[in-house]
Amino acid sequence: MAVSWRCCDATACRAAGAAALRQRLEAEVGAERVKPVGCLRLCGQAPLAAADHPDGSTELVAGVAGERRLDLDHPFFALQRPVVLERCGLVDPSSIDDALAQGAYATLAACRLRRAAELVEEVVRSGLRGRGGAGYPTGRKWQLVAAQSGAHKVVVCNADEGDPGAFMDRSVMEGDPHRLLEGMAIAAQAVGAAEAYIYVRAEYPLAIERLRTAIAAATERGVLAGLPIQLRIGAGAYVCGEETALLHSIEGGRGTPRPRPPYPAVSGLWGLPTLINNVETFAAIPAILREGGDWYAAMGTAGSKGTKVFALSGAITHTGLIEVEMGTSLRTIVEAMGGGGSGVVKAVQTGGPSGGCIPAELLDTPVDYASLQELGSIMGSGGMVVIDAAMAMPELARYFMRFCVAESCGKCLPCRAGTVQLEQLLDRFVEKRASPADLAQLEQLCGMVKATSLCGLGQSAPNPVLSTLRFFRAEYEAALAPGVVP
Amino acid sequence: MSVDPPVVHGHINGQVFSAAADATLLQVIRAAGLQVPTLCHLDGLTPVGACRLCLVAIEGHPKLEPACVTTVAEGMVVHTHTPELETYRRMAVELFFAEGNHVCAFCVANGSCELQDVAVEVGMDHSRFPYQYPQRHVDASHTQFSLDHHRCILCTRCVRVCDEIEGAHVWDVGYRGSACSIIAGLDQPWGEVAACTSCGKCVDVCPTGALFRKEDGTAEKHPHPERAAQLAEARHEHRWTNP
Ligand SMILES: Cc1cc2nc3c(=O)[nH]c(=O)nc-3n(C[C@H](O)[C@H](O)[C@H](O)COP(=O)(O)O)c2cc1C
Ligand code: SF4
Ligand code: SF4
Ligand code: SF4
Ligand code: FES
Ligand code: FES
Repeated sequence: MAVSWRCCDATACRAAGAAALRQRLEAEVGAERVKPVGCLRLCGQAPLAAADHPDGSTELVAGVAGERRLDLDHPFFALQRPVVLERCGLVDPSSIDDALAQGAYATLAACRLRRAAELVEEVVRSGLRGRGGAGYPTGRKWQLVAAQSGAHKVVVCNADEGDPGAFMDRSVMEGDPHRLLEGMAIAAQAVGAAEAYIYVRAEYPLAIERLRTAIAAATERGVLAGLPIQLRIGAGAYVCGEETALLHSIEGGRGTPRPRPPYPAVSGLWGLPTLINNVETFAAIPAILREGGDWYAAMGTAGSKGTKVFALSGAITHTGLIEVEMGTSLRTIVEAMGGGGSGVVKAVQTGGPSGGCIPAELLDTPVDYASLQELGSIMGSGGMVVIDAAMAMPELARYFMRFCVAESCGKCLPCRAGTVQLEQLLDRFVEKRASPADLAQLEQLCGMVKATSLCGLGQSAPNPVLSTLRFFRAEYEAALAPGVVP
Repeated sequence: MSVDPPVVHGHINGQVFSAAADATLLQVIRAAGLQVPTLCHLDGLTPVGACRLCLVAIEGHPKLEPACVTTVAEGMVVHTHTPELETYRRMAVELFFAEGNHVCAFCVANGSCELQDVAVEVGMDHSRFPYQYPQRHVDASHTQFSLDHHRCILCTRCVRVCDEIEGAHVWDVGYRGSACSIIAGLDQPWGEVAACTSCGKCVDVCPTGALFRKEDGTAEKHPHPERAAQLAEARHEHRWTNP
C-alpha cells in the first residue's frame, strides 16, 4: 500500500496555493490517492497537506512544494480536543459517501427512534451554550421552542459570522457541512419544526458552494428525515448576524433589529416560533446526541461545558483553527499552542468589536464565559487576536469603533450618532491631542451608548474602549495633548 | 368576541398603578399623569423603540427598557426619572441636534416641533458634542410638500403612517448608520413616486420641520400628530372622533 494524501482545500490554503500543491501530489502518487479535505488547523502555514502512511503514521507538510514538515506533536496540535471539528480535515466535504462512511447522519437516524423531549433533555444535560456570542443555554432555548403550541415552527442557522478575526463557522461549513445539516435536522425533530434555513454571509463563497452540494446530496439520499433546508445569502451587513435583523432579512425586509421580547422562540420568522442557533452550536449537536449530554458536560468548567473552536491569529508563530476544552488557560493557548513568546504578547483580544482585551499579566485566566466577562471581555464567537507592543490601545479601540460606525444599521440614535462621536473622540487620543474633558466625555458616552442602544451591536460597541481604558488607561492619559496633562 | 385582559398592578415612581395586562408601560405612565419624553412613538402607529428617549428603569431588569414597547407585568416597579436616565436623555437630545442641521430660528416648525419640546423637557440648551454639519439635501420635487433632510431625526413616523394607514408605502429608510436617510420610492425624488396620493399624512405626523407644506413659512407649520391615532381607531374600532 502506498501513501495517501489529504490536501487542505479550504479558503486559507486555496489562497496560498493549495491547487499547485495538490497537482504536484497527484502527479506523484496518482489522483485517486489524494483527497481534498477541510482545514488542517495551522492555516498560517498554508497550504497544508497530510500524508497517511500504510503503517498508520501521519505526517503534515506545508508549502506549495510540500517543502516544510510540521511537527504533529507540537502543542498546537496535541492540545486540541476535536468534537465539532472531529471530521474536519479527515472527510472530503464535497462527498456525501465519504461523510456517510465516517458516520454522518448515523446519530440523526438513531434520534428518529427517540422521543423529541428526550433529545431536548440530552442537550439540556450537555450544558451546551450558544456559540454565536451571547452564550444562552442551548437546551433552555430548545425547551422554549418545543413548548410553543404552533404546528408550524422553523429552525434557522446563523452563519453570518462577521467579527473581524473570526473564521470558526466558515471552517465548519467548508470542512464538514454534513455535520451542520445533521445537527439542524436533529434540532428540527427535537423542537417540532418542519422547515429550516441557513443564513450565510455572501463573503463565504466556498462555504456556500459546499453547503449547496451537501444539501442537494443529503436531500437526494433522503438522509435529512424529510427536513427541507434552504440557503439564504446575506448582502454584506454585519448587523444581520443579530437574530431579529437576520430574520427580517430572510423575510426580504431591511436587516434591522427590533426590540425583544418577543423573542424568536415565541415569534420569529413570519411570526412563527423559531429556533435560531449558531453554526458551531448546531455542529456540536451530533456528537452530544451520539455520546450523551453527560459526556459533553464532563468536559470544560462548571458554567462552560464542552469544547470551543477559536480562530487564533495575531502576533504569534502558530495561527489557525483550534478546538480546545473550555477552561483551558489563555496562556496555554497563546504561549504553548500559539508559540507566543512571553514579553512579546501585550494582550489578547477576544469577542471582536463586542469584546475586549485581556492584558498579558492575566494570561492565566481560564477561557470560560464567566472569567472573560469578569474581565470586561466576552467569549464572543471565537475570534482570538494576539496583540503585541506595536499596537497602541487607543488605536485598537478606534479600529473597532470604526467598524461599528460602518456597521451600525442606523435605526436607534445612541448607536447611529453615538458611535460617530466616540470615533471622533478616539481620533483625538490616537493623534495625541485629547484633553482631560475628552477623557471624561469618552467614558460617559461609552456608558450611554452601552446602556441605551437597541441591539447588541450598539450595546457592546463601547466594550473595546472600556476594556482598554480599564487595563491600559496610562496609554489614554499619555495621549492627552502636551500642556494639559493633569 | 374579545375578552377583557386581566388587570395587573405595580409601582411607578412610588405611585401604585393598575392596568390591563396588555398595556404598554408608556400607556401606564401617561394614565398615571406622568410623562417621559418620546419621539419615535406615535399613538396609532406600530412602535419601533428607536429613539430611546422613553427608556425607564425597571427593578430587577438588568437593562433599561423602552416604555413604548414594553408590556406591563404584575409587580413591576418602574422608575422614569433616575439621575442616570436624566443624564442619558439629555445626551440623546444633544446627539440628535449634533447629527443633523437644526437652525430653529429659520425653521418652518419653530414653536411646534417635538424635538424642540423634548430639548426643553430635558433641559438641553446646547450640545456638548461637536455638531457634525452633515451634507444633506432638500427634496422639493413634490407639488405640495417638501422634505428637508437636514431636520430629519429618522423617527420613521412618516414611513409607518404611509405604509400602515395610507397603505401607499412611499417612504422607507435607505443606507445605514449615520448615512441613513428617508427615501421615497426607490430612492427617487418624491414628486416622481406615483404611489404617493398626496394625502399629507406624513407631513401631519412628522415631529420636526423635516416634512412640511410648501405654503408654510418660518414657524408656520401646524402638525397633526393626533390624526394617526384617530384614523387607526376609526379603522379598527369603527369609531370616529370629530375634532
Ligand atoms: C451585532 C450582532 C452580530 C451578531 N452576529 C452573529 C453571527 O455572525 N453569528 C451568530 O451565530 N450569532 C451572531 N450574533 C448573535 C445572535 O444574535 C444570536 O444570539 C445567535 O445567533 C444565537 O445562536 P446561539 O444561541 O447558538 O449562539 C450577533 C449578535 C449581534 C448583536
Ligand atoms: S444598536 Fe446600532 S445596529 Fe443595533 S439597532 Fe441600534 S443602530 Fe441598529
Ligand atoms: S402624502 Fe400620503 S401617500 Fe404621499 S408620502 Fe405622505 S403619507 Fe404617503
Ligand atoms: S421626515 Fe419627519 S417623520 Fe420622517 S423620519 Fe424624518 S423626522 Fe421622522
Ligand atoms: S485552511 Fe488549510 S489549514 Fe486552515
Ligand atoms: S418613544 Fe420609545 S423608543 Fe422612541
